[in-house]
Amino acid sequence: MNRSAPLVLGIETSCDETGVGIVRGETLLANVIASSMEEHARYGGVVPEIAARAHLEAFTPTLESALAEAGVALTDLDAIAVTSGPGLSGALMVGIAAAKALAVSLDKPLYAVNHLVGHVGVDVLAGDELEYPTIALLVSGGHTSLLLVRDLVSDVELLGETIDDAAGEAFDKVARLLGLPYPGGPEIDRAARDGDPQAIRFPRGLSLPRDLEEHRYDFSFSGLKTAVARHVERLRDAGEDVPIADIAASFREAVIDVLITKALAACVDLGVPRLLLGGGVVANARLRDVAAQRSAEAGVALRIPPLSLCTDNGAMIAALGAQLIMSGHEPSGLEFGSDSTLPVTEILV
Amino acid sequence: MLLAIDTSAGTGVALVEGDTILAQRAVEDTRRHAEVIGSLMTECLADAGVAVAALSGIAVGMGPGPFTGLRVGIAAANAFALGAQKPVLRVVSHDALAFGHYASGGSGALLVTTDARRRERYWSAYSGCDGHVLPVRSAGPGIVHPDALECELPEYGSHFRVDAEWVSAGAVGLLAERLASHGREFAGRSPLYLRSPDVTLSAGPKRVTS
Ligand SMILES: [Zn+2]
Repeated sequence: MNRSAPLVLGIETSCDETGVGIVRGETLLANVIASSMEEHARYGGVVPEIAARAHLEAFTPTLESALAEAGVALTDLDAIAVTSGPGLSGALMVGIAAAKALAVSLDKPLYAVNHLVGHVGVDVLAGDELEYPTIALLVSGGHTSLLLVRDLVSDVELLGETIDDAAGEAFDKVARLLGLPYPGGPEIDRAARDGDPQAIRFPRGLSLPRDLEEHRYDFSFSGLKTAVARHVERLRDAGEDVPIADIAASFREAVIDVLITKALAACVDLGVPRLLLGGGVVANARLRDVAAQRSAEAGVALRIPPLSLCTDNGAMIAALGAQLIMSGHEPSGLEFGSDSTLPVTEILV
Repeated sequence: MLLAIDTSAGTGVALVEGDTILAQRAVEDTRRHAEVIGSLMTECLADAGVAVAALSGIAVGMGPGPFTGLRVGIAAANAFALGAQKPVLRVVSHDALAFGHYASGGSGALLVTTDARRRERYWSAYSGCDGHVLPVRSAGPGIVHPDALECELPEYGSHFRVDAEWVSAGAVGLLAERLASHGREFAGRSPLYLRSPDVTLSAGPKRVTS
């Protein structure tokens, strides 16, 4: 196997995106994603069984177009990497079964890797060396996690995570109660455009001194969602107009404020002047603006991979697999299963 | 020569050629499909001393079977076929049970059922087999509470009944070989889930204030 610039296929099926990516060392060759998002729209959130069924249908065409985009054949590969967790178990199993079957039929080594660490590892594809240690803030509909990454392939620590809803989920739920469609992120963004982010002071979860003692780097968005609901109900009960733009802007500000405040607090507390963002919620322009402005004020260098690499994708899994191979790690074998709560300390299973 | 996979109950993998099962491995546990599927495939190939290149195709049981496990076998078969550049031969898993019944001397009308969980059974009915011992399915596959079988299949009392715990991958492979050698049609690409995903459309956000 080529260990200096291995050709790696990455398979990602942890949530509602079927992702297949191909990298050669730190060079991105293909990144193809099929999403079942539209099928979940009428339910207001990802339905695990619908996602898993869609992965099975999408896998072959997604793999074929990734191979075509990269201009390589399956037999050219040095290795295969697959997400084994965390994520929705039925969805993960589709990717794992496919990856194992490819590994056996092609007689290639298989690496089972951590999805969250993949979000960090994707940055190697963006050029410039990623410096360590770095703090990583990963925000999507499925996770909200703050990591301390001392070394991508050997030393990742979970500083905190959401204790209830993921940030992306909060956007979906608030969009719903404002009568906006799914997915909520872009809808709230649109509605917030003409709103005043200071119009309503919504609560910042786990930010009071007594919460910070125990949950300094943890997040909570369910109280915020309830506060928005209460605000809307009070206005409707009183027969008043609901100022959607102001509520959307104020809600979005509350989410972003708490995300960035906690991430930068980790940078300061731990003396790490670097912050990396990842996950689908990074698509939110206001989040990127606030992160850029406040990181600059705090003297923290901010890294945001291209948006196509921030959402769940197979390239990030291939990139992490390639890093593991280049640093001499042995493959996972064929016995591993899905682990819906795989800890970030398990970078390679 | 076919690599055959069935995960409609536990996880089964076999290697078959013509009328012979060359190797067969199975894990009955209905919760470990994704864990064991890879090793079972390598073990079967090793047991029979067969290289992937020597295969003519991949046979797979399309169900009916519980979603999560069933999908593992189908995903594996599709991906294996891409890697090996061989065709996928899809069969209805119940047909493999019926084929086993007729191939071992059974005759006449047959009712096959397997566990669908939630106190229901998957079922398929067969009127008999043709001159090549290929089963002729007359109704199903369907899903039903056992007490309601009579409504689904009024003449079911006259059927010989097989309540199977398990679909052997070997039988799936043998059936696929037989179908291929007689130029018969295979099953479609869609898994036979026979149940819609469990989802409820909520009536909208609930009030948080009383
Ligand atoms: Zn993710």
